[in-house]
Amino acid sequence: MKRRDFMQMTGMGMGALMLPSVPIFGNTVSSEHLLEPGIDVALKKRYADIALNATKSKGATYTDVRIGRYLQQFVFTREKQVQNIVNAESFGVGIRVIANGTWGFSATSDVTSEGIAKCAETAVAIAKANSKFQKDPVVLAPQKGVGDVTWKTPIKKNTFEIPTAEKIDLLMKVNGKAMENGAGFVTSNIFSVNEQKYFASSDGSYIDQDIHRIWPTFTVTAIDKAAGKFKTRGALSSPMGMGYEYLDGLASEKIAGPNGTVGYRSSYDMVEDAILAAKQAKEKLTTKTVLPGKYDLVLDPNHLGLTIHESVGHPTELDRVLGYEANYAGTSFATLDKWESKKFNYGSKLVNIVADRIQPHTLGAVGFDDEGVPAKEWDIIKDGILVNYQAIRDQVKIIGGKESNGCCYADNWDSVQFQRMPNISLRPGTEKRSVLDMIKGVEKGIYIIGAGSYSIDQQRYNFQFGGQVFYEIKKGEIVGMLDDVAYQSNTQEFWNSCSQICDKDDYRTFGSFFDGKGQPSQISAVAHGSATTRFDGVNVINTGRKI
Amino acid sequence: MSVILTEAEAKALLEKVLKYSKADECEINISGEKRGNLRYARNEVSTSGSQITQNLIVQSAFGKKVGVATTNEFSDDAFEKVVRQSEELAKLAPENPEYVGVLTPQQYKKSSGFFDSTAGITPDFRADAVAKSLELSRAQNLAAAGFWEDTHGYSAMLNSKKLFAYYPSTDVNFSLTVRTPDGTGSGYVAKGFSDVSKLDTEAATKIAIQKSTGSVGAKALEPGKYTVILEPTAAAVLLENIFFNMDARSADEGRSFLSKQGGKTKLGDKIVDERVNIYSDPAHPELPSAPWAGDGQPMERVNWIEKGVVKNMAYSRYWAQKKGVKAVPFPNNMIVAGGTATLEEMIASTKQGILVTKLWYIREVDPQTLLLTGLTRDGTFYIENGKIKHPVKNFRFNESPVIMLNNLETLGKPERVVSTESNQNYMMPPMKIREFTFSSLSDAV
Repeated sequence: MKRRDFMQMTGMGMGALMLPSVPIFGNTVSSEHLLEPGIDVALKKRYADIALNATKSKGATYTDVRIGRYLQQFVFTREKQVQNIVNAESFGVGIRVIANGTWGFSATSDVTSEGIAKCAETAVAIAKANSKFQKDPVVLAPQKGVGDVTWKTPIKKNTFEIPTAEKIDLLMKVNGKAMENGAGFVTSNIFSVNEQKYFASSDGSYIDQDIHRIWPTFTVTAIDKAAGKFKTRGALSSPMGMGYEYLDGLASEKIAGPNGTVGYRSSYDMVEDAILAAKQAKEKLTTKTVLPGKYDLVLDPNHLGLTIHESVGHPTELDRVLGYEANYAGTSFATLDKWESKKFNYGSKLVNIVADRIQPHTLGAVGFDDEGVPAKEWDIIKDGILVNYQAIRDQVKIIGGKESNGCCYADNWDSVQFQRMPNISLRPGTEKRSVLDMIKGVEKGIYIIGAGSYSIDQQRYNFQFGGQVFYEIKKGEIVGMLDDVAYQSNTQEFWNSCSQICDKDDYRTFGSFFDGKGQPSQISAVAHGSATTRFDGVNVINTGRKI
Repeated sequence: MSVILTEAEAKALLEKVLKYSKADECEINISGEKRGNLRYARNEVSTSGSQITQNLIVQSAFGKKVGVATTNEFSDDAFEKVVRQSEELAKLAPENPEYVGVLTPQQYKKSSGFFDSTAGITPDFRADAVAKSLELSRAQNLAAAGFWEDTHGYSAMLNSKKLFAYYPSTDVNFSLTVRTPDGTGSGYVAKGFSDVSKLDTEAATKIAIQKSTGSVGAKALEPGKYTVILEPTAAAVLLENIFFNMDARSADEGRSFLSKQGGKTKLGDKIVDERVNIYSDPAHPELPSAPWAGDGQPMERVNWIEKGVVKNMAYSRYWAQKKGVKAVPFPNNMIVAGGTATLEEMIASTKQGILVTKLWYIREVDPQTLLLTGLTRDGTFYIENGKIKHPVKNFRFNESPVIMLNNLETLGKPERVVSTESNQNYMMPPMKIREFTFSSLSDAV
């Protein structure tokens, strides 16, 4: 993330220590401006060819050009107030080359023939300058050019076409209902993103993509002023690769859970969730504190998604395994020798983890990645065994791969693309099983819904996760809510304790809208699908303290 | 015109833009910045880049209706367009009951955060500094992964009540992780300075190498409560969670660690050991920062915690007006005062304890108590009878910085550190803490 970009949005009156965590790219514009079309595709192709010719004449052996228009609309409210509406547009071109066997990258917002030609020359010059450090030349897995193609997220309602007033009305209703039902405070937001990306490469690809994502979310706070206590409950929505239709709240996409809880598939009822959130936050003020010990955990997809993200998603990124992220995010316990052995038990036999960029409605769904590789699906863990990683064109040869997995991404035209997490999901169970069926079989357990605090070590062994709502299970029944719950485990031990997975009818996705990686840090959006899953004998700690 | 404007150039440009304004009130912020970075891993450069950015932000207000627009295009046409756009947005916006208007001209403390040495960094300078580091790790057959980033820029503002402010600054941050080839040892160092001539990448690299080779052969200790010595890099990522949560409004609303029973706050209460003093001061010679906030409020020296007592909370101008108190902006830096003891002296005076050199993946578990979780990383050592005996396996901890600062044994000599979580620089002493809670072991190296 670029600190300066989000500092400018803090406006005014905040010091450097109060940076908001939301990255904004480019310039703020009017909401009408977001609906104006970008430049014509024929012109994009002409610009791309200028770059491809310029780099070739300077000696580049490979070039890709990304002409990107990145649109964002973020709406922020609290209680009865609109705090901020940000409409932002970022437009420019990023050119990446290989020259002297070394990568070079340059970007410019001067999207003219001259600006692009100059940028292309700079990219080659940087590659040549850096080549003095390079020992082994970069070798790319082959990718056949795909010619002129287009891809668009299959949306029903373009979020940017929905009047801002309609979004504010919805959020005001969400806030009002939460306050009526016991919230002391509530904040609510709608984040929407549209990436209009044109990719061209010296392989002969000219790919025009129009990608949409949305994330409606809120946090409800209940206060007991007399006792000096407060509790929060966050939204159980998921960020999606969808348009505004995600907020239709279709009954057909709801899954009724125990104790009045609701699971949402590809349609979210934000008002309904806010009402439940306020009631649950209030209940948490007086709920009983957990007794530490071993419990069988029943984990809802809206919770388990984050555990999958941290304990399977990140450790199976090949660049991490190889040491490219050693100085920041860390390395990985899932080393090449474990993969080579073909018998590393990452999890129990029930555990099948799949990577993809094709699941409908998900954050990771695209036609092609940011180096022109078609979207696909591949296994990461099969029947409990580690079988593959996430790899891109310049690294897949290290694991004997002949083609990239198609998971290269840059968060803006002025960022250089690198390996980012595709959707990483747990396949649902093959036996018919609902959440209630699963709970019936648990003697002493906790049912956890929603993602809470999360922390994992730099090689992804030891983790600790909280949640939003915790229900105590005794002898196959939910007996009430619990508070101060967090579980600690070791990745391999945890996934090997997986004993049951609900079937496909319970399958839902969870997502991360602003996942960070790299130095300078870049964001990406990624989804994790699963059905409710049971893990046996997991260590639960009590997080209650007095200060 | 260069992207980095002098004070006179910035003022002339802001005055020109302000002339376009037709709003009741107008405030313009401008910034320009040059950034350069070099990233390496596996002893080879992986990426490098440079960014030159400039931004102009216009806030227009009609009564309490406020609009903000920005541009990175610096031409007369673009300036007029962005002013008009902010005015259109203001007219369309609902009334903002929290808008308190722009300030009249203010007096600012003198703060010198700009150094020609850093502003003059070239790609060759960067490459040479990194090469010195790489030579050392390559020579010992260790794997280095590091990141260098330097920044040179300015920010300025002018409003319709003629408040003008200007501040130029430079910064360089360097961080490095060195790992043994078999992956059984790992060491880290991070240094941040305003003046690059203070940065010695060779000396920094030697620290990371020493921790890397010294952490090979770590033994497992039982989790539990231990006396720990936190190096400043480790202490920073815990204490900054106190700094981030000094907001008065949240405390008044009952949703902060500074809230207490009966709807009151802990302002004036002793919350940590009386030897703890935390303040901000834009004129601190080793950690200079802008002497004004984004809306032109002056940054004074503010004592946040004095002798363990909460002395100040941050009041926005709106909240201060509502509460009838003086506004206190969030600070641009934080300084934790300390003593004179060196790290070596603190180790020598420890009978049994653990030296923690870095902490990682810090997350808030409970905002009510500021309970944090995270892990030790890149060099953790067992101390016995005043000496480092052997490296130990990494731990997960669950601890609140408030509880921790009540269990204070010693504060050492503060030094400038870079937070490995937020990238912020602080002045931070090493600290010895008793009964620090480690809750489980990690196999990670």
